[in-house]
Amino acid sequence: MLYLPHTREDIVSMLQAVGVDDVDGLFSTVPEDCRCKSDLNLPEPMTEWELNEHMQTLSESMAVSPEYNVFMGAGSYEHFIPASVLYLLSRSEFVTSYTPYQPEMSQGTLQAIYEYQTLVAQLLGMEIATASHYDGATALAESLLMAIRVTKRSKVAVSSLIHPLYRRVVRTYFEPTGYEVVELGYLKSGVTDLTGFDEMEDIAAVAVQSPNFFGCVEDLQAIGQRAHDKEALFITSFTEPLSYGLLKNPGSQGADIVCGEGQSLGIPRSFGGPQLGILASRKIYMRNLPGRLVGQTKDLDGRRGFVLTLATREQHIRREKATSNICTNNSLCAVAAATYMASLGGTGTRELARLNHDKAEYLKNELKKAGFTISFDSPTFNEFVVEFPKGFEAHYGRLLEKKIIAGLSLAPYYPELVNHYLLCVTETRSKEDMDSLVREVKS
Amino acid sequence: MAVKEISELNLPDDVRYAEDHEWARLEGDKVTVGLDDYAQDQLSDIVFVELPKVGDTFKKGEEFATVESVKAVCECYMPVGGEIVDVNTDLEESPQLINESPYKDGWMVVVSPNDLSEMETLMTRAACLEKLKGEQ
Repeated sequence: MLYLPHTREDIVSMLQAVGVDDVDGLFSTVPEDCRCKSDLNLPEPMTEWELNEHMQTLSESMAVSPEYNVFMGAGSYEHFIPASVLYLLSRSEFVTSYTPYQPEMSQGTLQAIYEYQTLVAQLLGMEIATASHYDGATALAESLLMAIRVTKRSKVAVSSLIHPLYRRVVRTYFEPTGYEVVELGYLKSGVTDLTGFDEMEDIAAVAVQSPNFFGCVEDLQAIGQRAHDKEALFITSFTEPLSYGLLKNPGSQGADIVCGEGQSLGIPRSFGGPQLGILASRKIYMRNLPGRLVGQTKDLDGRRGFVLTLATREQHIRREKATSNICTNNSLCAVAAATYMASLGGTGTRELARLNHDKAEYLKNELKKAGFTISFDSPTFNEFVVEFPKGFEAHYGRLLEKKIIAGLSLAPYYPELVNHYLLCVTETRSKEDMDSLVREVKS
Repeated sequence: MAVKEISELNLPDDVRYAEDHEWARLEGDKVTVGLDDYAQDQLSDIVFVELPKVGDTFKKGEEFATVESVKAVCECYMPVGGEIVDVNTDLEESPQLINESPYKDGWMVVVSPNDLSEMETLMTRAACLEKLKGEQ
Protein backbone atom coordinates (compact mmCIF):
# COMPACT_ATOMS: atom_id res chain seq x y z
CA MET A 1 0.00 0.00 0.00
CA LEU A 2 1.24 3.51 -0.74
CA TYR A 3 2.35 5.77 2.07
CA LEU A 4 0.56 9.12 1.78
CA PRO A 5 1.86 11.81 4.14
CA HIS A 6 -0.11 14.96 4.87
CA THR A 7 0.84 18.27 6.42
CA ARG A 8 -1.21 20.59 8.62
CA GLU A 9 -1.88 22.67 5.49
CA ASP A 10 -3.11 19.57 3.61
CA ILE A 11 -5.54 18.83 6.43
CA VAL A 12 -6.89 22.41 6.44
CA SER A 13 -7.40 22.38 2.69
CA MET A 14 -9.11 18.97 2.81
CA LEU A 15 -11.45 20.16 5.57
CA GLN A 16 -12.25 23.27 3.52
CA ALA A 17 -12.99 21.11 0.48
CA VAL A 18 -15.63 19.14 2.38
CA GLY A 19 -16.92 22.23 4.14
CA VAL A 20 -16.20 21.68 7.84
CA ASP A 21 -14.17 23.84 10.23
CA ASP A 22 -12.18 21.20 12.07
CA VAL A 23 -11.71 17.45 12.36
CA ASP A 24 -14.47 17.21 15.02
CA GLY A 25 -16.85 18.57 12.40
CA LEU A 26 -16.43 15.32 10.47
CA PHE A 27 -18.17 13.49 13.33
CA SER A 28 -21.17 15.81 13.66
CA THR A 29 -23.53 13.00 12.60
CA VAL A 30 -22.50 10.93 15.67
CA PRO A 31 -24.93 11.79 18.52
CA GLU A 32 -23.39 13.98 21.26
CA ASP A 33 -23.91 11.40 24.00
CA CYS A 34 -22.08 8.73 22.01
CA ARG A 35 -18.91 10.79 21.76
CA CYS A 36 -16.05 10.37 24.20
CA LYS A 37 -14.98 13.81 25.41
CA SER A 38 -12.70 13.00 28.34
CA ASP A 39 -9.17 11.65 28.04
CA LEU A 40 -8.75 7.90 27.79
CA ASN A 41 -7.96 6.14 31.06
CA LEU A 42 -4.42 5.05 30.23
CA PRO A 43 -1.30 4.62 32.37
CA GLU A 44 1.45 7.23 32.30
CA PRO A 45 3.59 7.11 29.16
CA MET A 46 6.93 5.28 29.33
CA THR A 47 10.24 6.13 27.75
CA GLU A 48 11.48 3.82 25.05
CA TRP A 49 13.89 2.02 27.40
CA GLU A 50 11.28 1.75 30.14
CA LEU A 51 8.92 0.22 27.63
CA ASN A 52 11.55 -2.26 26.44
CA GLU A 53 12.17 -3.31 30.02
CA HIS A 54 8.43 -3.62 30.66
CA MET A 55 7.99 -5.90 27.64
CA GLN A 56 11.04 -7.93 28.66
CA THR A 57 9.58 -8.47 32.16
CA LEU A 58 6.23 -9.48 30.69
CA SER A 59 7.90 -11.93 28.34
CA GLU A 60 9.99 -13.44 31.15
CA SER A 61 6.84 -14.01 33.21
CA MET A 62 5.61 -16.48 30.60
CA ALA A 63 6.64 -20.08 30.15
CA VAL A 64 7.60 -20.41 26.51
CA SER A 65 9.78 -22.87 24.67
CA PRO A 66 12.60 -23.44 23.88
CA GLU A 67 13.48 -22.49 27.46
CA TYR A 68 10.52 -24.52 28.73
CA ASN A 69 9.64 -28.06 27.83
CA VAL A 70 6.03 -27.45 26.78
CA PHE A 71 3.55 -30.34 26.50
CA MET A 72 0.50 -28.14 26.20
CA GLY A 73 -1.50 -27.78 22.97
CA ALA A 74 -5.26 -27.48 23.50
CA GLY A 75 -5.85 -25.29 20.47
CA SER A 76 -2.44 -23.66 20.13
CA TYR A 77 0.41 -25.76 18.78
CA GLU A 78 4.14 -25.30 18.62
CA HIS A 79 5.45 -26.16 15.18
CA PHE A 80 8.69 -25.41 13.40
CA ILE A 81 8.14 -22.49 11.02
CA PRO A 82 10.24 -22.53 7.82
CA ALA A 83 12.28 -19.38 7.14
CA SER A 84 10.45 -18.97 3.79
CA VAL A 85 7.26 -18.11 5.70
CA LEU A 86 8.82 -15.31 7.74
CA TYR A 87 10.71 -14.02 4.73
CA LEU A 88 7.66 -13.71 2.49
CA LEU A 89 5.56 -12.25 5.31
CA SER A 90 8.11 -9.49 5.76
CA ARG A 91 7.11 -8.07 2.36
CA SER A 92 5.40 -4.85 3.38
CA GLU A 93 2.69 -5.32 0.71
CA PHE A 94 1.30 -8.24 2.74
CA VAL A 95 1.33 -6.53 6.11
CA THR A 96 -2.39 -5.90 6.60
CA SER A 97 -5.36 -7.90 7.90
CA TYR A 98 -7.61 -6.58 5.22
CA THR A 99 -8.37 -7.10 1.60
CA PRO A 100 -7.31 -3.83 -0.02
CA TYR A 101 -9.72 -1.10 -1.06
CA GLN A 102 -9.95 -1.11 -4.84
CA PRO A 103 -8.90 -4.74 -4.39
CA GLU A 104 -8.23 -5.46 -8.06
CA MET A 105 -5.38 -2.92 -7.96
CA SER A 106 -3.54 -5.37 -5.67
CA GLN A 107 -3.35 -8.47 -7.86
CA GLY A 108 -0.48 -9.95 -5.80
CA THR A 109 -2.45 -9.80 -2.56
CA LEU A 110 -5.53 -11.29 -4.21
CA GLN A 111 -3.43 -14.05 -5.76
CA ALA A 112 -1.92 -14.88 -2.35
CA ILE A 113 -5.41 -15.11 -0.80
CA TYR A 114 -6.65 -17.16 -3.76
CA GLU A 115 -3.79 -19.60 -3.28
CA TYR A 116 -4.58 -19.75 0.45
CA GLN A 117 -8.21 -20.61 -0.37
CA THR A 118 -7.11 -23.28 -2.84
CA LEU A 119 -4.66 -24.92 -0.41
CA VAL A 120 -7.23 -24.86 2.41
CA ALA A 121 -9.86 -26.43 0.15
CA GLN A 122 -7.38 -29.17 -0.82
CA LEU A 123 -6.29 -29.86 2.76
CA LEU A 124 -9.89 -30.13 4.00
CA GLY A 125 -11.28 -31.84 0.90
CA MET A 126 -13.86 -29.10 0.35
CA GLU A 127 -14.97 -27.27 -2.80
CA ILE A 128 -14.75 -23.69 -1.61
CA ALA A 129 -12.95 -21.77 1.16
CA THR A 130 -13.31 -18.17 2.30
CA ALA A 131 -10.54 -15.58 2.44
CA SER A 132 -10.29 -16.15 6.25
CA HIS A 133 -11.87 -15.09 9.56
CA TYR A 134 -10.71 -13.92 12.99
CA ASP A 135 -10.06 -17.33 14.56
CA GLY A 136 -11.33 -20.89 14.93
CA ALA A 137 -13.97 -19.95 17.49
CA THR A 138 -15.64 -17.25 15.39
CA ALA A 139 -15.38 -19.45 12.29
CA LEU A 140 -17.42 -22.07 14.19
CA ALA A 141 -20.04 -19.54 15.32
CA GLU A 142 -20.33 -18.26 11.74
CA SER A 143 -20.67 -21.82 10.42
CA LEU A 144 -23.55 -22.56 12.79
CA LEU A 145 -25.35 -19.34 11.79
CA MET A 146 -24.75 -20.25 8.16
CA ALA A 147 -26.45 -23.63 8.70
CA ILE A 148 -29.44 -21.82 10.21
CA ARG A 149 -29.66 -19.60 7.10
CA VAL A 150 -29.42 -22.60 4.78
CA THR A 151 -31.93 -24.85 6.54
CA LYS A 152 -34.21 -22.12 7.97
CA ARG A 153 -34.27 -24.11 11.24
CA SER A 154 -33.56 -22.66 14.66
CA LYS A 155 -31.52 -25.15 16.71
CA VAL A 156 -27.95 -26.45 16.52
CA ALA A 157 -26.40 -29.49 18.23
CA VAL A 158 -22.81 -28.94 19.34
CA SER A 159 -20.47 -31.62 20.70
CA SER A 160 -19.20 -31.01 24.25
CA LEU A 161 -15.81 -32.11 22.91
CA ILE A 162 -15.47 -28.99 20.79
CA HIS A 163 -12.88 -26.66 22.37
CA PRO A 164 -14.57 -25.18 25.51
CA LEU A 165 -13.60 -21.62 24.60
CA TYR A 166 -15.03 -22.02 21.08
CA ARG A 167 -18.33 -23.09 22.66
CA ARG A 168 -18.26 -19.99 24.82
CA VAL A 169 -17.86 -17.80 21.73
CA VAL A 170 -20.76 -19.67 20.09
CA ARG A 171 -22.95 -18.89 23.12
CA THR A 172 -21.96 -15.21 22.88
CA TYR A 173 -22.89 -15.10 19.19
CA PHE A 174 -26.15 -16.97 19.76
CA GLU A 175 -27.40 -15.22 22.88
CA PRO A 176 -29.10 -12.29 21.15
CA THR A 177 -30.40 -14.37 18.23
CA GLY A 178 -33.05 -16.51 19.89
CA TYR A 179 -31.60 -19.63 18.26
CA GLU A 180 -30.89 -22.55 20.55
CA VAL A 181 -27.62 -24.42 21.15
CA VAL A 182 -27.95 -28.01 22.44
CA GLU A 183 -24.82 -29.72 23.74
CA LEU A 184 -24.10 -33.38 23.05
CA GLY A 185 -22.29 -35.31 25.80
CA TYR A 186 -19.37 -37.69 25.43
CA LEU A 187 -18.79 -41.43 25.75
CA LYS A 188 -16.28 -43.27 27.96
CA SER A 189 -14.16 -43.83 24.85
CA GLY A 190 -13.61 -40.06 24.52
CA VAL A 191 -15.83 -39.33 21.53
CA THR A 192 -19.16 -37.50 21.08
CA ASP A 193 -22.29 -39.23 22.40
CA LEU A 194 -25.23 -38.94 20.00
CA THR A 195 -27.77 -40.45 22.41
CA GLY A 196 -31.05 -38.62 22.08
CA PHE A 197 -29.97 -36.85 18.90
CA ASP A 198 -32.42 -38.70 16.66
CA GLU A 199 -35.32 -37.42 18.80
CA MET A 200 -34.25 -33.77 18.56
CA GLU A 201 -36.38 -31.60 16.33
CA ASP A 202 -35.74 -28.53 14.19
CA ILE A 203 -31.97 -29.19 14.12
CA ALA A 204 -30.13 -27.03 11.54
CA ALA A 205 -26.70 -28.58 12.09
CA VAL A 206 -24.57 -30.97 14.09
CA ALA A 207 -21.08 -29.75 14.89
CA VAL A 208 -18.21 -31.95 16.07
CA GLN A 209 -14.48 -31.36 16.34
CA SER A 210 -11.98 -33.96 15.13
CA PRO A 211 -9.49 -34.58 16.58
CA ASN A 212 -11.66 -33.41 19.47
CA PHE A 213 -10.64 -31.53 22.62
CA PHE A 214 -9.48 -34.82 24.20
CA GLY A 215 -7.33 -35.42 21.12
CA CYS A 216 -9.55 -38.32 20.01
CA VAL A 217 -10.45 -38.90 16.38
CA GLU A 218 -14.23 -38.85 15.85
CA ASP A 219 -16.06 -41.19 13.46
CA LEU A 220 -17.02 -38.33 11.17
CA GLN A 221 -18.67 -40.46 8.52
CA ALA A 222 -21.10 -42.04 11.00
CA ILE A 223 -22.02 -38.71 12.63
CA GLY A 224 -22.43 -37.08 9.21
CA GLN A 225 -24.83 -39.83 8.22
CA ARG A 226 -26.94 -39.23 11.34
CA ALA A 227 -27.00 -35.48 10.57
CA HIS A 228 -27.99 -36.03 6.95
CA ASP A 229 -30.75 -38.47 7.98
CA LYS A 230 -32.39 -35.46 9.65
CA GLU A 231 -31.59 -33.19 6.68
CA ALA A 232 -29.36 -31.20 9.00
CA LEU A 233 -25.98 -29.88 7.87
CA PHE A 234 -22.84 -31.59 9.13
CA ILE A 235 -20.25 -29.15 10.46
CA THR A 236 -16.79 -30.32 11.44
CA SER A 237 -14.45 -28.15 13.45
CA PHE A 238 -10.73 -28.47 14.14
CA THR A 239 -7.95 -26.94 16.20
CA GLU A 240 -5.08 -28.88 14.59
CA PRO A 241 -5.31 -28.80 10.76
CA LEU A 242 -1.99 -30.63 10.46
CA SER A 243 -3.85 -33.81 11.50
CA TYR A 244 -5.39 -33.96 8.01
CA GLY A 245 -1.95 -34.82 6.69
CA LEU A 246 -2.60 -38.23 8.24
CA LEU A 247 -6.36 -38.54 8.84
CA LYS A 248 -9.06 -38.65 6.16
CA ASN A 249 -10.09 -35.09 5.38
CA PRO A 250 -13.55 -33.90 6.53
CA GLY A 251 -14.80 -33.40 2.97
CA SER A 252 -14.35 -37.09 2.21
CA GLN A 253 -16.35 -37.92 5.38
CA GLY A 254 -19.44 -35.99 4.33
CA ALA A 255 -18.86 -32.59 5.95
CA ASP A 256 -21.00 -29.74 4.58
CA ILE A 257 -19.08 -26.98 6.35
CA VAL A 258 -15.58 -27.27 7.82
CA CYS A 259 -14.22 -24.62 10.18
CA GLY A 260 -11.34 -24.23 12.55
CA GLU A 261 -8.12 -22.66 13.68
CA GLY A 262 -5.15 -22.22 11.33
CA GLN A 263 -2.51 -21.20 13.90
CA SER A 264 -0.71 -24.51 13.33
CA LEU A 265 0.02 -23.51 9.75
CA GLY A 266 3.03 -21.23 10.14
CA ILE A 267 1.76 -18.80 12.78
CA PRO A 268 3.81 -18.55 15.99
CA ARG A 269 2.16 -19.09 19.37
CA SER A 270 1.59 -15.71 20.87
CA PHE A 271 -0.26 -14.67 23.98
CA GLY A 272 -3.80 -14.80 22.62
CA GLY A 273 -3.13 -14.28 18.95
CA PRO A 274 -3.25 -13.36 16.19
CA GLN A 275 -4.96 -16.50 15.01
CA LEU A 276 -6.54 -17.55 11.74
CA GLY A 277 -10.16 -18.56 11.21
CA ILE A 278 -10.57 -21.11 8.43
CA LEU A 279 -13.98 -21.78 6.88
CA ALA A 280 -14.77 -23.99 3.90
CA SER A 281 -17.96 -25.47 2.52
CA ARG A 282 -19.60 -27.37 -0.27
CA LYS A 283 -20.14 -25.24 -3.35
CA ILE A 284 -23.93 -25.34 -3.16
CA TYR A 285 -23.79 -23.22 0.00
CA MET A 286 -21.39 -20.59 -1.34
CA ARG A 287 -23.98 -17.80 -1.38
CA ASN A 288 -24.50 -18.30 2.33
CA LEU A 289 -20.80 -18.09 3.22
CA PRO A 290 -19.82 -15.24 5.54
CA GLY A 291 -16.83 -13.03 4.74
CA ARG A 292 -14.85 -12.42 1.61
CA LEU A 293 -14.02 -14.63 -1.35
CA VAL A 294 -11.35 -14.17 -3.98
CA GLY A 295 -12.07 -15.60 -7.42
CA GLN A 296 -10.06 -16.16 -10.55
CA THR A 297 -11.12 -14.62 -13.84
CA LYS A 298 -9.80 -13.46 -17.22
CA ASP A 299 -9.28 -9.86 -18.30
CA LEU A 300 -10.28 -8.46 -21.71
CA ASP A 301 -7.09 -9.84 -23.26
CA GLY A 302 -7.72 -13.31 -21.84
CA ARG A 303 -5.02 -13.06 -19.18
CA ARG A 304 -5.52 -14.60 -15.73
CA GLY A 305 -6.56 -12.16 -13.03
CA PHE A 306 -8.08 -12.16 -9.54
CA VAL A 307 -11.17 -10.39 -8.18
CA LEU A 308 -13.24 -10.20 -5.04
CA THR A 309 -16.28 -12.20 -5.98
CA LEU A 310 -19.85 -12.82 -4.75
CA ALA A 311 -19.59 -9.54 -2.86
CA THR A 312 -23.38 -9.12 -2.92
CA ARG A 313 -23.45 -11.31 0.24
CA GLU A 314 -21.39 -8.77 2.10
CA GLN A 315 -22.21 -6.02 4.54
CA HIS A 316 -21.21 -3.05 2.38
CA ILE A 317 -23.86 -4.09 -0.16
CA ARG A 318 -26.49 -6.06 1.77
CA ARG A 319 -26.33 -4.12 5.03
CA GLU A 320 -28.42 -5.84 7.73
CA LYS A 321 -29.17 -8.74 5.38
CA ALA A 322 -25.50 -9.56 4.82
CA THR A 323 -24.41 -13.14 5.59
CA SER A 324 -22.31 -11.65 8.42
CA ASN A 325 -21.83 -8.25 9.96
CA ILE A 326 -19.22 -9.35 12.47
CA CYS A 327 -16.36 -10.62 10.40
CA THR A 328 -13.32 -9.43 8.54
CA ASN A 329 -10.45 -10.89 6.63
CA ASN A 330 -7.25 -11.94 8.43
CA SER A 331 -5.03 -11.58 5.43
CA LEU A 332 -1.52 -11.61 6.89
CA CYS A 333 -2.18 -14.84 8.80
CA ALA A 334 -3.82 -16.37 5.73
CA VAL A 335 -0.72 -15.54 3.66
CA ALA A 336 1.43 -17.13 6.39
CA ALA A 337 -0.70 -20.29 6.21
CA ALA A 338 -0.55 -20.36 2.40
CA THR A 339 3.24 -19.99 2.44
CA TYR A 340 3.54 -22.66 5.12
CA MET A 341 1.35 -25.16 3.25
CA ALA A 342 3.15 -24.47 -0.03
CA SER A 343 6.54 -24.87 1.69
CA LEU A 344 5.59 -28.27 3.11
CA GLY A 345 3.71 -29.56 0.08
CA GLY A 346 1.57 -32.71 0.21
CA THR A 347 4.44 -35.05 1.07
CA GLY A 348 5.89 -32.74 3.71
CA THR A 349 2.50 -32.33 5.37
CA ARG A 350 2.03 -36.10 5.46
CA GLU A 351 5.50 -36.72 6.89
CA LEU A 352 5.16 -34.00 9.50
CA ALA A 353 1.74 -35.28 10.55
CA ARG A 354 3.15 -38.79 10.86
CA LEU A 355 6.02 -37.48 13.01
CA ASN A 356 3.57 -35.67 15.34
CA HIS A 357 1.44 -38.78 15.68
CA ASP A 358 4.36 -41.16 16.25
CA LYS A 359 6.01 -38.93 18.87
CA ALA A 360 2.73 -38.56 20.76
CA GLU A 361 2.26 -42.35 20.64
CA TYR A 362 5.77 -42.79 22.07
CA LEU A 363 4.95 -40.57 25.06
CA LYS A 364 1.58 -42.25 25.50
CA ASN A 365 3.25 -45.68 25.67
CA GLU A 366 6.03 -44.53 28.00
CA LEU A 367 3.43 -43.08 30.39
CA LYS A 368 1.45 -46.33 30.25
CA LYS A 369 4.59 -48.31 30.99
CA ALA A 370 5.24 -45.99 33.93
CA GLY A 371 1.85 -47.00 35.31
CA PHE A 372 -0.36 -44.04 34.37
CA THR A 373 -3.81 -44.47 32.90
CA ILE A 374 -4.61 -43.18 29.42
CA SER A 375 -8.15 -41.88 30.00
CA PHE A 376 -9.76 -42.64 26.63
CA ASP A 377 -9.03 -45.53 24.29
CA SER A 378 -10.07 -43.90 20.97
CA PRO A 379 -7.25 -43.27 18.47
CA THR A 380 -5.52 -39.89 18.84
CA PHE A 381 -3.29 -37.61 16.74
CA ASN A 382 -0.79 -35.43 18.64
CA GLU A 383 -2.77 -34.95 21.87
CA PHE A 384 -4.19 -37.34 24.46
CA VAL A 385 -5.56 -37.32 28.00
CA VAL A 386 -3.76 -39.01 30.87
CA GLU A 387 -4.93 -39.53 34.44
CA PHE A 388 -2.31 -38.61 37.01
CA PRO A 389 -2.54 -39.72 40.67
CA LYS A 390 -4.59 -37.76 43.18
CA GLY A 391 -2.87 -34.59 44.32
CA PHE A 392 -0.85 -34.23 41.12
CA GLU A 393 -1.58 -30.50 41.19
CA ALA A 394 1.22 -29.79 43.66
CA HIS A 395 3.57 -31.90 41.59
CA TYR A 396 2.57 -29.93 38.47
CA GLY A 397 3.81 -26.78 40.22
CA ARG A 398 7.15 -28.41 41.04
CA LEU A 399 7.54 -29.50 37.41
CA LEU A 400 6.84 -25.94 36.32
CA GLU A 401 9.78 -24.79 38.47
CA LYS A 402 11.89 -27.29 36.54
CA LYS A 403 10.58 -25.69 33.35
CA ILE A 404 8.36 -28.60 32.35
CA ILE A 405 4.74 -27.90 31.48
CA ALA A 406 2.90 -31.17 32.00
CA GLY A 407 -0.12 -30.42 29.84
CA LEU A 408 -3.44 -28.76 30.59
CA SER A 409 -5.59 -29.66 33.58
CA LEU A 410 -9.06 -30.58 32.27
CA ALA A 411 -10.92 -30.06 35.58
CA PRO A 412 -11.72 -26.36 35.01
CA TYR A 413 -13.52 -27.29 31.76
CA TYR A 414 -14.81 -30.75 32.66
CA PRO A 415 -15.29 -30.81 36.46
CA GLU A 416 -15.75 -34.60 36.41
CA LEU A 417 -12.20 -35.01 35.07
CA VAL A 418 -10.18 -34.12 38.17
CA ASN A 419 -6.50 -35.13 37.79
CA HIS A 420 -6.92 -35.62 34.03
CA TYR A 421 -4.41 -33.73 31.90
CA LEU A 422 -4.38 -33.05 28.17
CA LEU A 423 -0.87 -33.58 26.80
CA CYS A 424 0.44 -32.55 23.40
CA VAL A 425 3.56 -33.63 21.50
CA THR A 426 4.59 -31.98 18.25
CA GLU A 427 7.73 -32.41 16.12
CA THR A 428 9.49 -29.85 18.34
CA ARG A 429 9.65 -32.23 21.35
CA SER A 430 12.61 -34.60 21.38
CA LYS A 431 12.79 -38.12 22.80
CA GLU A 432 14.92 -36.74 25.65
CA ASP A 433 12.22 -34.09 26.35
CA MET A 434 9.59 -36.83 26.63
CA ASP A 435 11.78 -39.19 28.67
CA SER A 436 12.51 -36.42 31.14
CA LEU A 437 8.78 -35.68 31.47
CA VAL A 438 8.06 -39.33 32.27
CA ARG A 439 10.96 -39.45 34.78
CA GLU A 440 9.77 -36.29 36.50
CA VAL A 441 6.07 -37.20 36.77
CA LYS A 442 7.03 -40.61 38.19
CA SER A 443 9.28 -39.18 40.88
CA MET B 1 -25.47 -0.29 -19.24
CA ALA B 2 -28.21 2.27 -19.85
CA VAL B 3 -31.56 1.60 -18.23
CA LYS B 4 -34.78 1.73 -20.21
CA GLU B 5 -36.91 4.86 -20.59
CA ILE B 6 -40.42 4.48 -19.19
CA SER B 7 -41.79 4.45 -22.73
CA GLU B 8 -39.54 1.47 -23.52
CA LEU B 9 -40.80 -0.65 -20.63
CA ASN B 10 -42.82 -3.75 -21.37
CA LEU B 11 -45.78 -3.62 -18.96
CA PRO B 12 -48.45 -6.00 -20.22
CA ASP B 13 -52.17 -5.57 -19.51
CA ASP B 14 -52.88 -9.10 -18.31
CA VAL B 15 -51.00 -8.79 -15.01
CA ARG B 16 -51.31 -6.62 -11.89
CA TYR B 17 -48.32 -4.83 -10.35
CA ALA B 18 -47.16 -4.54 -6.73
CA GLU B 19 -45.28 -1.57 -5.22
CA ASP B 20 -41.98 -3.46 -5.26
CA HIS B 21 -42.37 -4.44 -8.92
CA GLU B 22 -43.59 -7.97 -8.56
CA TRP B 23 -46.33 -8.88 -11.04
CA ALA B 24 -49.28 -11.21 -10.44
CA ARG B 25 -51.38 -12.94 -13.09
CA LEU B 26 -54.67 -14.63 -12.22
CA GLU B 27 -55.10 -17.93 -14.09
CA GLY B 28 -58.14 -19.95 -12.96
CA ASP B 29 -57.98 -19.84 -9.17
CA LYS B 30 -54.16 -19.62 -9.05
CA VAL B 31 -51.88 -16.60 -9.24
CA THR B 32 -48.53 -16.68 -11.07
CA VAL B 33 -45.89 -14.26 -9.72
CA GLY B 34 -42.72 -12.78 -11.22
CA LEU B 35 -40.61 -9.63 -11.43
CA ASP B 36 -41.66 -6.89 -13.87
CA ASP B 37 -39.62 -5.43 -16.70
CA TYR B 38 -38.72 -2.34 -14.66
CA ALA B 39 -37.22 -4.46 -11.83
CA GLN B 40 -35.24 -6.77 -14.11
CA ASP B 41 -33.95 -3.77 -16.08
CA GLN B 42 -32.85 -1.92 -12.92
CA LEU B 43 -31.15 -5.01 -11.51
CA SER B 44 -29.35 -5.78 -14.80
CA ASP B 45 -27.88 -9.29 -15.28
CA ILE B 46 -29.48 -11.64 -12.78
CA VAL B 47 -27.08 -14.37 -11.63
CA PHE B 48 -28.93 -16.16 -8.83
CA VAL B 49 -32.47 -16.68 -7.61
CA GLU B 50 -33.42 -18.20 -4.27
CA LEU B 51 -36.98 -19.54 -4.32
CA PRO B 52 -39.28 -20.88 -1.59
CA LYS B 53 -40.37 -24.51 -1.36
CA VAL B 54 -43.71 -25.81 -2.61
CA GLY B 55 -46.03 -25.89 0.39
CA ASP B 56 -44.55 -22.77 2.06
CA THR B 57 -47.15 -20.17 2.95
CA PHE B 58 -46.74 -16.40 3.08
CA LYS B 59 -48.90 -13.40 3.84
CA LYS B 60 -49.21 -10.56 1.36
CA GLY B 61 -46.08 -8.41 1.68
CA GLU B 62 -43.91 -11.17 3.17
CA GLU B 63 -40.53 -11.93 1.65
CA PHE B 64 -40.65 -15.09 -0.46
CA ALA B 65 -37.58 -14.97 -2.70
CA THR B 66 -34.19 -13.31 -3.21
CA VAL B 67 -32.83 -12.20 -6.56
CA GLU B 68 -29.14 -11.45 -7.01
CA SER B 69 -27.73 -9.55 -9.96
CA VAL B 70 -24.19 -8.53 -10.78
CA LYS B 71 -24.76 -5.26 -8.97
CA ALA B 72 -27.33 -5.80 -6.25
CA VAL B 73 -29.45 -8.22 -4.28
CA CYS B 74 -33.14 -7.65 -3.71
CA GLU B 75 -35.85 -9.39 -1.77
CA CYS B 76 -39.17 -10.16 -3.45
CA TYR B 77 -42.42 -9.72 -1.53
CA MET B 78 -45.68 -11.59 -2.01
CA PRO B 79 -48.20 -9.56 -4.06
CA VAL B 80 -50.99 -11.77 -2.63
CA GLY B 81 -50.95 -14.08 0.39
CA GLY B 82 -51.27 -17.86 0.04
CA GLU B 83 -49.57 -21.19 -0.41
CA ILE B 84 -46.78 -21.82 -2.93
CA VAL B 85 -48.03 -24.58 -5.26
CA ASP B 86 -45.32 -24.42 -7.94
CA VAL B 87 -41.85 -22.87 -8.33
CA ASN B 88 -39.90 -22.26 -11.52
CA THR B 89 -36.95 -24.61 -11.03
CA ASP B 90 -35.53 -23.55 -14.42
CA LEU B 91 -34.36 -20.38 -12.66
CA GLU B 92 -31.81 -22.39 -10.63
CA GLU B 93 -29.79 -23.12 -13.75
CA SER B 94 -30.94 -20.16 -15.85
CA PRO B 95 -31.63 -17.13 -13.63
CA GLN B 96 -31.22 -14.88 -16.70
CA LEU B 97 -34.71 -16.03 -17.82
CA ILE B 98 -36.04 -13.20 -15.62
CA ASN B 99 -34.10 -10.71 -17.77
CA GLU B 100 -34.93 -12.36 -21.07
CA SER B 101 -38.61 -13.15 -20.51
CA PRO B 102 -39.91 -11.55 -17.30
CA TYR B 103 -43.60 -12.36 -17.88
CA LYS B 104 -43.29 -15.81 -19.46
CA ASP B 105 -40.28 -18.09 -19.02
CA GLY B 106 -39.01 -16.00 -16.09
CA TRP B 107 -42.04 -16.56 -13.83
CA MET B 108 -41.05 -17.33 -10.25
CA VAL B 109 -43.85 -19.01 -8.28
CA VAL B 110 -47.51 -20.01 -8.51
CA VAL B 111 -49.63 -19.18 -5.47
CA SER B 112 -52.92 -20.60 -4.31
CA PRO B 113 -54.29 -17.36 -2.83
CA ASN B 114 -56.07 -17.18 0.53
CA ASP B 115 -58.06 -14.15 -0.47
CA LEU B 116 -58.58 -13.39 -4.15
CA SER B 117 -59.73 -9.86 -3.36
CA GLU B 118 -56.08 -9.00 -2.59
CA MET B 119 -55.59 -8.95 -6.39
CA GLU B 120 -57.71 -5.81 -6.45
CA THR B 121 -55.23 -3.98 -4.21
CA LEU B 122 -52.55 -4.30 -6.92
CA MET B 123 -51.94 -1.72 -9.64
CA THR B 124 -53.13 -1.95 -13.21
CA ARG B 125 -50.74 -1.21 -16.08
CA ALA B 126 -52.00 2.38 -16.20
CA ALA B 127 -51.60 2.91 -12.46
CA CYS B 128 -48.12 1.41 -12.56
CA LEU B 129 -47.07 3.70 -15.40
CA GLU B 130 -48.52 6.67 -13.54
CA LYS B 131 -46.49 5.76 -10.44
CA LEU B 132 -43.27 5.33 -12.43
CA LYS B 133 -43.74 8.75 -14.04
CA GLY B 134 -44.33 10.24 -10.60
CA GLU B 135 -41.05 8.77 -9.40
CA GLN B 136 -39.08 10.36 -12.21
